[in-house]
Amino acid sequence: MAFDYEKYIRPGKLPHIWCPGCGHGIIMKGLIRALDSLKLDMTQTSIVSGIGCASRLPGYMDCCTLHTAHGRAAAFATGIKLAKPEMNVICVGGDGDGTAIGGNHFIHACRRNIDITYVIMNNYIYGMTGGQFSPTTPTGNKASTTPYGNPDPCFDVAKLAIGAGATFVARGTAFHANQIDKLIAEAIQHKGFSVVEILDDCPTTYGRRNKFKSVVEMMNRLKEVAVPVKAAEKMTAEQLQGKILTGVLYKDETKPEYTAEYDKVIERAQAKK
Amino acid sequence: MSKKVAFLQGNEAASYGALYAGCNFFAGYPITPSTEVAEVMSVELPKIGGKFIQMEDEIAASAAMMGAALAGFKTFDSTSGPGLSLKQELIGMACISEIPCVIFNVMRGGPSTGMPTGPSQSDVMCAKWGTHGDHPAICLVPSTVQETFEEVVRAFNLSEKYRTPVLVMPDEIVAHMRERVVFPEPGEIPIEPRRTPTVPPEQYKPYDTSFGDVPPLAAYGSGYKFHVTSLNKGQDGFPTTKAEWVQAEEERQVRKVEANADDIIEFEEYQLDDAEVVVVAYGSTSRSGRYAVNEARKQGIKAGMFRLKTFWPFPDKQIKALAGKVKGFIVPEMNLGMCSIEVERNAQGKAPVLGINRVDGEPINPDQILAKMKEVI
Ligand SMILES: Cc1ncc(C[n+]2csc(CCOP(=O)(O)OP(=O)(O)O)c2C)c(N)n1
Ligand code: SF4
Ligand SMILES: [Mg+2]
Repeated sequence: MAFDYEKYIRPGKLPHIWCPGCGHGIIMKGLIRALDSLKLDMTQTSIVSGIGCASRLPGYMDCCTLHTAHGRAAAFATGIKLAKPEMNVICVGGDGDGTAIGGNHFIHACRRNIDITYVIMNNYIYGMTGGQFSPTTPTGNKASTTPYGNPDPCFDVAKLAIGAGATFVARGTAFHANQIDKLIAEAIQHKGFSVVEILDDCPTTYGRRNKFKSVVEMMNRLKEVAVPVKAAEKMTAEQLQGKILTGVLYKDETKPEYTAEYDKVIERAQAKK
Repeated sequence: MSKKVAFLQGNEAASYGALYAGCNFFAGYPITPSTEVAEVMSVELPKIGGKFIQMEDEIAASAAMMGAALAGFKTFDSTSGPGLSLKQELIGMACISEIPCVIFNVMRGGPSTGMPTGPSQSDVMCAKWGTHGDHPAICLVPSTVQETFEEVVRAFNLSEKYRTPVLVMPDEIVAHMRERVVFPEPGEIPIEPRRTPTVPPEQYKPYDTSFGDVPPLAAYGSGYKFHVTSLNKGQDGFPTTKAEWVQAEEERQVRKVEANADDIIEFEEYQLDDAEVVVVAYGSTSRSGRYAVNEARKQGIKAGMFRLKTFWPFPDKQIKALAGKVKGFIVPEMNLGMCSIEVERNAQGKAPVLGINRVDGEPINPDQILAKMKEVI
């Protein structure tokens, strides 16, 4: 039987705003399959985003959704989760939203290790505003504000998350659609701050400026650069040149989770009372 | 049974006021001269099972409090000038998304880092015009420590009643001054509960105006699934660019406060009955104003004071009525003339408006006010 996505989608909210060939929809389907596989109660699930094409995702999802200001998703989500630790709280958003304007909130949410899953839809560009470079646009590439090639070095989102203290970090791609739900489901189950970076495409504002002739070509690139961590173990440094590792990159189950730690604060305060 | 009495700082009183009002979530970022609020909340909230979090900056603090507010919590946050500037982005979102929350801003010298430990009253315009776009504004300006407690309680009540952010803004003098505070008994000041939906989840719309200008707000995790966005939205909460919906929603958001100005605006009339010269003052400056009025009366000058407790919405009606009766207004304030603009707007040329303006970190003393009164008479 075909998977029934519709029961997770708000009635009447489709079609979505995304362009044909945009990877955001593939990621939303992956997220839906993940929620379904975990049988999460949608009245107890909150999906929070900032601003951008990616950040329009919560509006389609039939649960407790919050479309905030640009970059602020992790901070809003922190408020919801601390207030109601029993809720499942998931952030979604773009590379620009999460790592530029929202970079500070992102790293501090990682540091706190609060039990939130952050799905970052990295299409290497500011899609919504027409293709300006983001902190993940590869150096040398073209964006509407880097007409002579991007002079900026870029972030490795997964390394950033690990460095900042996230305790579960995974990476997938919009091409490897069947893996997305599994990565997100594992991230949601992890107790602590989990980051799932999904390498994505934006044919409209990034692809056409960077010599990708079609969406298929962009998808093929994702297919070619991705190397599962397991496979990478058997590869030489030379073979790994230009490749990007996918799968679960990091997992630490020893670091205390924030809301559980706050419960201890409450216990200590009440013991003193 | 005698009431609990304590000798408190304005900032401490604000925290106890918040707790009295049922606050169970605080998010903040430290800044002089408001930090004591966060410190007291960090001690008291966990004792009652509430949550305190120090965020990475003031924007994050606003975000966390608004997230918690949507989860059904009564939320509080304290800051000062530079923090208030950062918060403007999300104050706008709290207005458009109609998220109740209370922000306590202690006014210090500005702009920018300015004078962190000096008093000022120069944030009052920022409270109304700081965030972009058309939006409602409620701002309360207490002048004593007791009143700081009570106005924070009132701020929580107003934020719930009108589903909008409310600012409480003492100047640094009121925030750091110590006075006797008599704690009201529980229940003595009525507490406004959040209006939650009465319809079943399938029928719930977060901006349903069939319930009036202030639609009920469900809580995340309470069985209701709904969407909140920072974009212009329709009654169902989803983004829209449909001209008539956007117009109607924007007008309603402002109207729910403006049309209820009489409910929101509180003030004190001191010796106004036969007054020829009227001091319009707020915060610590009004304490000098009161002293000056008393001195003036001893000298045979018919002086009085109109003391603002609510700065926004501004008491237009009251000032307009006074303007036809008095020889002049004196507006002492620790800024270069902000309240003066509002008084002039309402005086409509019927009475002169003389400002006394200090931005040097020193309070305005009664002698200055008395001298100005003599210019009018
Ligand atoms: C404070 C603020 N600054 C700038 C913008 C304009 N803006 C909207 S979306 C966006 C970039 C979005 O890029 P990304 O997060 O990567 O999402 P994408 O559209 O690529 O999915 C920008 C700069 C804004 N909405 N708010
Ligand atoms: S502009 Fe790019 S990111 Fe935005 S919807 Fe279109 S393809 Fe997707
Ligand atoms: Mg992007």
